[in-house]
Amino acid sequence: MKFHKRLLRDEPSFRLLSKLWRISWLYVLLICALAGVGYVTLYSAAGGAPYPFAAPQAARFAVGLVLMITVAMLPPKILVRGAWPLYFVSIILLVAVLHMGHTGKGAERWLMIGGLQVQPSEYAKVALVLALASWFYRINYRRMGNPLWLIPPAFMVLLPVVLVLKEPNLGTATIIGGIGATLFFAAGMRLWQIILLLLPVPYLAKFAYTHLHDYQRARITTFLNPESDPLGAGYNIIQSKIALGSGGMWGQGYLHGSQGQLNFLPEKQTDFIFTMLAEEWGFAGAIAVIGLLLLLILGGMVMAIRSRNRFGRLVALGISMNFFLYCLVNLSMVMGAIPVGGVPLPLVSYGGSAMLNVMLGFGLLLSTWVHRDSRFGEINEEDTQ
Amino acid sequence: MRLKRRKRENQRLMPIKNQKDPAQGVFTRRALLLMAVQTGALGTLAHKLYTLQVKDGDRYARMAASNRMSKRYLAPPRGRIVDRYGVPLANNKENWRALLMPEETTDVAGTIERFSTMIPLDDRDRARIAREMRHQRRFVPVMLRDFLSWDEMARIELNAPSLPGVLIDVGTRRVYPEGELLAHIVGYVAPPNEKDVARSALLALPGMRVGRAGIEQSQDEKLRGTAGSVEMEVNAIGRVMSELNREEGAAGAEIGLTIDRGLQQKVLNRIADQTASAVVMDCRNGEVLAMVSTPSFDPSLFDSGVSHAQWVEWTNNERTPLINKTVAGVYPPGSTFKPAVAMAGLQSGLFSPSDRVFCPGHLDVGGTRFHCWSRWGHGSVDLHQALKYSCDVYFYEMARRVGMDRIAETAHQFGLGTQLDIELPHIRSGLIPTPAWRQAHHHHWNGGDTIVSGIGQGFVQVTPLQLATYTSRLATGRAVQPHLVRALNRDIGPQATPDHWPALDMPAKYLEALRSGMFAVVNEPHGTAPKAKLNLPNITMAGKTGSAQVRRVSRAMRESGHFNSANLPWEYRPHALFICFAPYENPQYAVSVVIEHGNTGADAAAPLARDIMIDTLQRDPANRTTPAPDPIPAPSPDAAPPPASGPAPAATSGEGDVPPDTE
Repeated sequence: MKFHKRLLRDEPSFRLLSKLWRISWLYVLLICALAGVGYVTLYSAAGGAPYPFAAPQAARFAVGLVLMITVAMLPPKILVRGAWPLYFVSIILLVAVLHMGHTGKGAERWLMIGGLQVQPSEYAKVALVLALASWFYRINYRRMGNPLWLIPPAFMVLLPVVLVLKEPNLGTATIIGGIGATLFFAAGMRLWQIILLLLPVPYLAKFAYTHLHDYQRARITTFLNPESDPLGAGYNIIQSKIALGSGGMWGQGYLHGSQGQLNFLPEKQTDFIFTMLAEEWGFAGAIAVIGLLLLLILGGMVMAIRSRNRFGRLVALGISMNFFLYCLVNLSMVMGAIPVGGVPLPLVSYGGSAMLNVMLGFGLLLSTWVHRDSRFGEINEEDTQ
Repeated sequence: MRLKRRKRENQRLMPIKNQKDPAQGVFTRRALLLMAVQTGALGTLAHKLYTLQVKDGDRYARMAASNRMSKRYLAPPRGRIVDRYGVPLANNKENWRALLMPEETTDVAGTIERFSTMIPLDDRDRARIAREMRHQRRFVPVMLRDFLSWDEMARIELNAPSLPGVLIDVGTRRVYPEGELLAHIVGYVAPPNEKDVARSALLALPGMRVGRAGIEQSQDEKLRGTAGSVEMEVNAIGRVMSELNREEGAAGAEIGLTIDRGLQQKVLNRIADQTASAVVMDCRNGEVLAMVSTPSFDPSLFDSGVSHAQWVEWTNNERTPLINKTVAGVYPPGSTFKPAVAMAGLQSGLFSPSDRVFCPGHLDVGGTRFHCWSRWGHGSVDLHQALKYSCDVYFYEMARRVGMDRIAETAHQFGLGTQLDIELPHIRSGLIPTPAWRQAHHHHWNGGDTIVSGIGQGFVQVTPLQLATYTSRLATGRAVQPHLVRALNRDIGPQATPDHWPALDMPAKYLEALRSGMFAVVNEPHGTAPKAKLNLPNITMAGKTGSAQVRRVSRAMRESGHFNSANLPWEYRPHALFICFAPYENPQYAVSVVIEHGNTGADAAAPLARDIMIDTLQRDPANRTTPAPDPIPAPSPDAAPPPASGPAPAATSGEGDVPPDTE
């Protein structure tokens, strides 16, 4: 046992095959199950046809699966080294999208790179997790008591948040902020620091509200009272609720969801795919999907707790948190619990950029799992003792 | 300094040395906390979902159903109107229309422009098209022009390549093959207005029409039919995705009239040059066989909308072509009223048929002199003579003694001055004045009012249909009601006899006395209407003339001795009236003729009434199951259901058909 662990930690000849064996294939199976749900729902969203949504999505998932396994093989050492360059690339892309991005529904979100639509904000989330984890790993727990060490990572979070807000994509900005906050929290931010930080929040909120775009503010007001504008800004929420309600307990049956099939449901293949699913499969199907999402989230958190190195823990937690916030924002949005924002349901919604970035995240998560027993990074600490 | 602090910290952490990473404990606790938060958040969402889908599911499901279901009605074809032999009087004909499907053309304005070079569009069309374009979705066709001729359709088809999105489809339009002949009875239809649509959603369908006059109006609901409906699944922009449920509607019912189209034509021919009306009734069962009001109008003009100029022409015409004078024209009955007055007198017990009144040519009451039409008087006359000569003084005296209330009561029993229950809209009830009515209008009732009412002048006003009904009731002694729709109910059908109607509360011998007086008018020497004598073997007719003054004849004119109403301007001449029934022994038909400003009933109305009666007796529509073979078009074979036991066609009177209880 001890020898085995040594081997894992230090032996450069640690072979690929045994690494593959260490991947949590159960977790991969859960990921595939969620993608399967996505395929089936996208098939229905196209009116019962693999095109134009389901088949391309499956192809992208296959690519994503290869990417995920590949990333899972990368040892933390490489990831730590790669974190900074990746982060800077993401910032460059975010700046680029502001200046030459393609506009969709009033928000600049895409870059065309080599014929591919790239959403830098999706990629930025993964890059931020890596960068923050690497920072907190480097400064280790003890230094966190000193607020000065927290200032650079705070800027690392704020920079993409501001850039994404400028796109403007409120939903993703919130998620990025959320990821940053939880990583600060999990890395061992002191309680007094947290309290001190939370004090000015109400003022910031007020300031933020006054600087929101009109359409973002409209989303907030219609969220508070969706019926005030049933054909305009409130339309999405109302139609989504109607579709959910028409699903009932057992649903209207696959391919027979009236609201989705008849296009009453807006953006049914992207943001509102959960509504479509819940209409056709009912509450029973929807709760099963929520259960699957929760399993993936909690599974990631367990991997984080189980990891023996600080970097791995933080990466796993950040990725899980990203996935969780994705689901939370999307589900709350379709149920009318928070204002609508362009956040898809990971792996289920149609869209390549989000899919690949989610798979990249899962690859990092599995990498921390594969290298969970690596004592990487702790040696430094022991040295300082 | 910093180094020192770090050392201190390290020392503090020393006791948990067995844990290799000092932050791991914090991390694990915080991660567990985050997991709890995550589970809680998703749990809350699951609960919210439960509320939306299961608890409030029904409400949202209903909203969903109304979201996707669209019910559309199918316009039912309007029922036909046919005459008693099944000859169509109102029919549906194809209406070829050019429609434009806006989403099938890239250049809507250009297409309309090219279309208008082939088929001229006037400003009204253009305004309507522009309006519909604004309000309709792009996949709902907009009507460009309807009532296309073959020629126009050919032009459109030929130029189809340059008219993308233009298609031809067929609707229906209402046609009246008989045109002016039956315009007043059949009426006409017009596009529904907003009020109609508010009452019945069915009328919102394209091509639906509402009856605006005549049978089309009174039987509108039956003719309209019931709409079919299609429930369709529509998507968010209203495009039809699939048909869920189709319910075929029922076509409107066919309404068979009692009118004999052939007889109607003959009657019209008799009075076409006059401003007149004539009613021919089967006096046994109340069927109206012909009902003519001249002049008439072309009802098919209303289907597409009447031009303003045409409307002005009609409404300003003093001969009132749009008004059905048989039910909406009111006239003083003149001497035709006298039998009713006589019945009131006989029933009062103050007069018997043999009581005599001396007629010196006038009657003085309270300082006013009421003239008889004969300047020299009729001498001593009994009832029979009074009717035969139409002696005014006799009836002045009778009215004076009997009183107006009793006269009105009897007149009402005869149907005069009452609202008749016939299937026509806009009918007038006329008036039999009474002192109470006069006082209700804040005037004093003079004795003179009663006296002039005795000869059907003054305030007395009746319609020609009332006169025909009155004649039928005189002839049969039963409260016959006129009707135009063939099977009125289960009792009063084509084979009905007077027994179906309640008997009038009048002794048969008095009725007989009146009939004999009316017989004398036509057939005895010195009767007022010798010109009305039928030249038919075995058939005789009874009748009564009437000449109703429309303005007072001044004493100066009368005493000048040269007074001749024929020299007056047309609108001041008296109306000429005649009522009659035949055969006398066994009444079958009643006719009333009113000729506006025709001068005298005896000269103007009686010969026409006689001709009409001869036409009627020759055609004998009451006893025929197929129309007489003369210049009328053959009825369509599917129409004219033969009665179960049709009496044999008879050229003359149907003797024995009618129980002689009225004699």
